[in-house]
Amino acid sequence: MSTFVAITISGLALGAVYFLVSSGLSLIYGLMDVLNFAHGVFLTLGGYAGWAVAAHMSQQQGWTFIVTAVAATVAGAAVATFTEVLLIRPLYGRPVGQILVTIGLDLALVGLLEGGFGSDSRSIAVPAWLTGVTVTGPERIPNADFVSLGTGLAVLGALTWFLRATRYGIIIRAGAENRDMVRALGIDVGRAFTIVFAVGGAAAGLAGLLNSVAFSSGLIGPTQGDTLLIFAFIVVVIGGLGSINGAAIAAVVVGLVQSYVSFYAKSGAGLSQLGNMSVVIVLAIVLLVRPRGLLGRIA
Amino acid sequence: MTALAVEALDVHASIGGSKVLQGISLNVPSPGFTAILGRNGVGKTTTLRTLIGQVKATSKKGGTAPIRILGHDVAGWPTHKIIRLGVGYIPEDREVFARLTVRENLRLAEFGTAGVGRNANYDQVYALFPELKQRSRQSAGTLSGGQQQMLAIGRVLLADRPLLLIDEPTKGLSPKFVSEAVDVLERVRETATVLMVEQNVHVVRRLAQQVVVLDHGQVAHAGPASELEDESLVRRFLGVSQ
Repeated sequence: MSTFVAITISGLALGAVYFLVSSGLSLIYGLMDVLNFAHGVFLTLGGYAGWAVAAHMSQQQGWTFIVTAVAATVAGAAVATFTEVLLIRPLYGRPVGQILVTIGLDLALVGLLEGGFGSDSRSIAVPAWLTGVTVTGPERIPNADFVSLGTGLAVLGALTWFLRATRYGIIIRAGAENRDMVRALGIDVGRAFTIVFAVGGAAAGLAGLLNSVAFSSGLIGPTQGDTLLIFAFIVVVIGGLGSINGAAIAAVVVGLVQSYVSFYAKSGAGLSQLGNMSVVIVLAIVLLVRPRGLLGRIA
Repeated sequence: MTALAVEALDVHASIGGSKVLQGISLNVPSPGFTAILGRNGVGKTTTLRTLIGQVKATSKKGGTAPIRILGHDVAGWPTHKIIRLGVGYIPEDREVFARLTVRENLRLAEFGTAGVGRNANYDQVYALFPELKQRSRQSAGTLSGGQQQMLAIGRVLLADRPLLLIDEPTKGLSPKFVSEAVDVLERVRETATVLMVEQNVHVVRRLAQQVVVLDHGQVAHAGPASELEDESLVRRFLGVSQ
């Protein structure tokens, strides 16, 4: 029973990371109809920014990890903003061009990272308590799981507040329904596009750092974001394109299913990839039963 | 002295590769209430959408067509910039934001007026449509068609807009709501110039001073609304007797 609790917390923490990545993807698609294949590299750059900042701090404490997290978040937001302004904006209304340019950007930035830092992963310096565990009875739960879970909940709360209570949040929700009508009320939707990319990039950058700390032994490599992006897309489709709440529910479902199956099926011969496959099976079931996803808009 | 709120000369427009407007010229006097009439598919809605930049306006040779709105040459302007001149647009199917509350729909309209220094007048909107205040926390998608029309009209009345473009405000409404909508539009025309697309000739007769009849993407007739008393004219251009 206690092992089940530990696996559940690990699954929730993984779901929190998936949510951080997929929330941005979902918002970007919901408002702009842009499938952003460069989102994975925003994660990777966030992780590298965290690594670079942490490496320059002599001691690792709680506040230094906060600085590291801020650096990852800002890096993700900055790269996403430049991507929207310089590459996506000239291609509005041209979905094939957007897909090609985001794939190209991803390949180019991954190549640059490999050229600059090598293909080997780098170790992000973090405070000792973050790599430690919390002992509850017979179970040892990684502290990083709690940090991921807490961060996911905080970002969900912040995003919900932003979308419901702020000017641009309301514009983004309305734009996801009907962009032309938002413009017909006198609102420049282009600013909302940039903000959505920045918010999505910020969450992705933070996810890049947390994924490294909680699920990659503190390591960050050039293709790490792309691996996670596949699961993030699955979460977005299951949750429903454009729905933040849908992404949150789907992220938890995917994280839990992946954790349970990975743990309980690991002893079987040839079943090591069953955890990943289980996610695809969940996706197939949702698409069969509810093609628009759990909370998605009707196409 | 009568000025012109809208001036368009030989405007062409295409949607999905098919030519919808084929040389429309339009002068909308201000103050005044002008109605656009015509059969289905003759380009009435496209005319309004072209004026606010949602559909690209071209000349016959494919260049930029001259369109002036409230004294500004708006050819090539983005929609939000044209609206911020003080234009209110009520689309054919209301197009309220279904997932937003009534209050959020109104706030959104307020955001669109902020740049032109007009203060949102919620009191005026709630006085005209008390039901909107009672339902301010309700999702707009759960409103009836008539209530959604109130919201669509309320959105543009939040600020003082000198020009309103209204597309079939009575479409799909029950007789009770048609009567209410017409009452409101009668009050609106006292403060704003209106260009309205409408199929209901009774409504046009009651509200409009000028009529423009479209046919095959062109202006087939323009004149005073009193001409609609001539049933033969109505039959000729609309194909029905009303």
